[in-house]
Amino acid sequence: MLKRLALDWRALTMVGALLAIWVVFSLATGGTFLLPRNLSLLARQMAVTSILATGMVLVIVAGQIDLSVGALAGLTGALAALAYARLGWPLALAIVLALVVGATLGALEGGLVAWLRIPPFIVTLGGMLVFQGTLLGVTGGVSTSPPRPFLFLGQAYLPKLAGWIVAAVVAAALAFTASRAQGRRRLGRLGLAVLAIGAVALMNAYAGVPVPVLVVLALATVLSTVAHHTPFGRHLYAIGGNREAAFYSGIAIEGHLVGVFTLMGLLAGAAGVVLTARVGAATPNAGQLMELDAIAAAVIGGTSLLGGQGTVWGALLGALVMASLDNGMSLLNTEAFWQPILKGGILVAAVAVDMAGRRGRG
Amino acid sequence: MPLLELRAITKDFPGVRALDGVSFDLAPGEIHALCGENGAGKSTLIKVLCGVYPAGSYGGEIRLRGETVHFHGLPGSEARGIALIAQELALVPELSVAENLLLGREPCRFGLIREAEVQKEARRALDLVGLAIPVEIPVRELGIGQQQLVEIAKALIKNASILVLDEPTAALPEADTLRLLGLLGDLRRRGVAAIYISHRLDEVFALADRITVLRDGRSVGTARRDETTPERVISLMVGRELSQAFPRPERRSGEILLSLRDWSVADPQNPDRRVVDGVSFEVRAGEVLGIAGLMGAGRTALLASLFGAARSSVQGTIRVAGGPVRKPFRNPREAIAAGLALVGEDRKRYGLFARGSVLDNMTLASLRAFSRRGLIDDRARRAAASGQAAALRLKAASLEALVAQLSGGNQQKVILGRWLLRRPRVLLLDEPTRGIDVGAKSEIYDLIGRLVAGGLGVVLVSSELPELLGLSHRVLVLNQGRPMGLFEGGAATPERVMGAATARA
Repeated sequence: MLKRLALDWRALTMVGALLAIWVVFSLATGGTFLLPRNLSLLARQMAVTSILATGMVLVIVAGQIDLSVGALAGLTGALAALAYARLGWPLALAIVLALVVGATLGALEGGLVAWLRIPPFIVTLGGMLVFQGTLLGVTGGVSTSPPRPFLFLGQAYLPKLAGWIVAAVVAAALAFTASRAQGRRRLGRLGLAVLAIGAVALMNAYAGVPVPVLVVLALATVLSTVAHHTPFGRHLYAIGGNREAAFYSGIAIEGHLVGVFTLMGLLAGAAGVVLTARVGAATPNAGQLMELDAIAAAVIGGTSLLGGQGTVWGALLGALVMASLDNGMSLLNTEAFWQPILKGGILVAAVAVDMAGRRGRG
Repeated sequence: MPLLELRAITKDFPGVRALDGVSFDLAPGEIHALCGENGAGKSTLIKVLCGVYPAGSYGGEIRLRGETVHFHGLPGSEARGIALIAQELALVPELSVAENLLLGREPCRFGLIREAEVQKEARRALDLVGLAIPVEIPVRELGIGQQQLVEIAKALIKNASILVLDEPTAALPEADTLRLLGLLGDLRRRGVAAIYISHRLDEVFALADRITVLRDGRSVGTARRDETTPERVISLMVGRELSQAFPRPERRSGEILLSLRDWSVADPQNPDRRVVDGVSFEVRAGEVLGIAGLMGAGRTALLASLFGAARSSVQGTIRVAGGPVRKPFRNPREAIAAGLALVGEDRKRYGLFARGSVLDNMTLASLRAFSRRGLIDDRARRAAASGQAAALRLKAASLEALVAQLSGGNQQKVILGRWLLRRPRVLLLDEPTRGIDVGAKSEIYDLIGRLVAGGLGVVLVSSELPELLGLSHRVLVLNQGRPMGLFEGGAATPERVMGAATARA
């Protein structure tokens, strides 16, 4: 019960901060911020960071870090675009290529961390540089724009009717679980069902639910299930929470570390495809610094860098906070240099609030 | 007038009185030994003396050269000439001998360290302990015995007049031990007094002028060395009535569940030494095998190595529950699969996920058993956990309660529950009742009785001799890693066990 309350406390702070940011921006922009057109843009802007952040949560929960995901997303996205545009591979195969390359390179990094015991900070810092260099090499330093069908994953919208069907299915599923839950949990589920319908109504008021947003939500659902309802996920929390105790409980720590880095690589591949599709081109410096956005989103969303604590949905909220700041300041025509300054401040402040709350509750 | 006087020292920890009116004094140039079982209060007493537990946190009075003193930390007591040589050496392995000796008080000029001065001072310090080694080599290249001497040298150049040594020879090879004893004798002639804590009674009787025995936080006697005997000291250490009832179950000679042959474990710090040396035993179904021994005798290392969790090389063969005779397990996973379970001595470090719930903690080792098609069946998991919680009479608000908020006894039950869900054949218990209250202790005793009656084999390590003797059908005594006798139930008297544990191995 206390754990539940504590989590609620964190979640409420986060939602409160998000609402405050939204109120400030909508007042400052005279309401433009809250227009369906802008919120739709906001949702698309956060897609790539969100995909990376959902995986980053699990990496950090296991007590690890991955600095290479931005570069890996850039590299895999470019490989898919080149395979499709230059080599004429079928689209599906090009996407699979990005996923396989991402997972393989992630597994390699995980292996170095788990079996050679090189600190993950170093392995993935090295990985970041290697992937950035490789990206520069394969693109030859020029941008390549893949033909139209490739852009579907990043730029298309769901037909409005399809959007409503998705909303109905999700709301029904939430209502069904609500009927079997009790108390606050039931209230929460019902609230989410209403939120799902409202969000689709909002998106349909502009052009429909963006496909990348759908990808994000689908991946987050899968990852949240992995985190909480599979032995693999629970073991990651155990490893990050108390590695000694996990070892003494018979958990194969090395295997799980390789697993989580592989999963992260796979998600970097997915993020890479969405990134290339959204931008409409494979560029030689794609994905740079996105790892930091992903880490910041996870941390703002309540993931503890000490390991053992964090949720996928929290990371999505964190990503939303970050994207809102970017978007709002762009609307206000704030000079670009303010964006990283403010984001950095918010990141540190979020952790400071969390630490203060933790001390207060012992 | 004594050099140092501790008067009626009382120290309470939550729920436990660790020291109860202990008085102790030290004459100038005297070596005064402090003896007692594990947990008798020796370490607590010296932590009070050295200010690790600050003035105000204990009752009683400390007088140094006739003057009442109030220490608030090690620097305070050091400034007054009291130097603590702890079991865990306070040296920085990567720094040189000279840098270690002058750490924190480097001679400086204009903010720069004067290297020549450091070297000179360091050589002078090493002369005091008769150690002829270059001062510029890093401490990590020294043997453990030389490191100990460096630590003593460090104390001496701070003009320490009282050395407090806590088990200084526990990790030392024979030759280094003799050298250390010789040095302490020399220092005594130069007027340096020492408080000497040791389990090794032969050392105590070779060195000490007086001997004080602590038992259960009280001083039970002080005697001059020539007026007492090792046998007398042992009987003072253990002399306590078996006040508690232990439900030792009827022994049933079941099948052999655990069999160990020529088991040795290397010392992780010093590969030439062995922390467990040539141990063999068998445990049958329905039997509790107790492992007795003093701190550092190798009991914990033995259990960890059985469970595949040793940090150094292990030799010997093991056979569990009718499985093959095999080499030591390489990790806990293999040991668990074979039917072993270990409840470690340090719950917080090796057992608990403090931020996790009772449910998560209890089901951690058996999540795969509750999974269907890769997903955890939460209903089955909850049912199993709440069944186990009821069987263990776990007191927790709910399965969602954070394990950090439970009492020590209930935390221990959660960890026992984790293992019982795996249905092990042999349970390895390392200090299962440490830090838990009396009521919970007797529940754990009952539980051990029930499990054994149900056909489990148990290997029990406990520093509480009455508990160990009361619960065990047989007792194996370890002394510096070597087996020093296997006593059958009735033959295992406190005197015999303690005698074997303190003899020179």
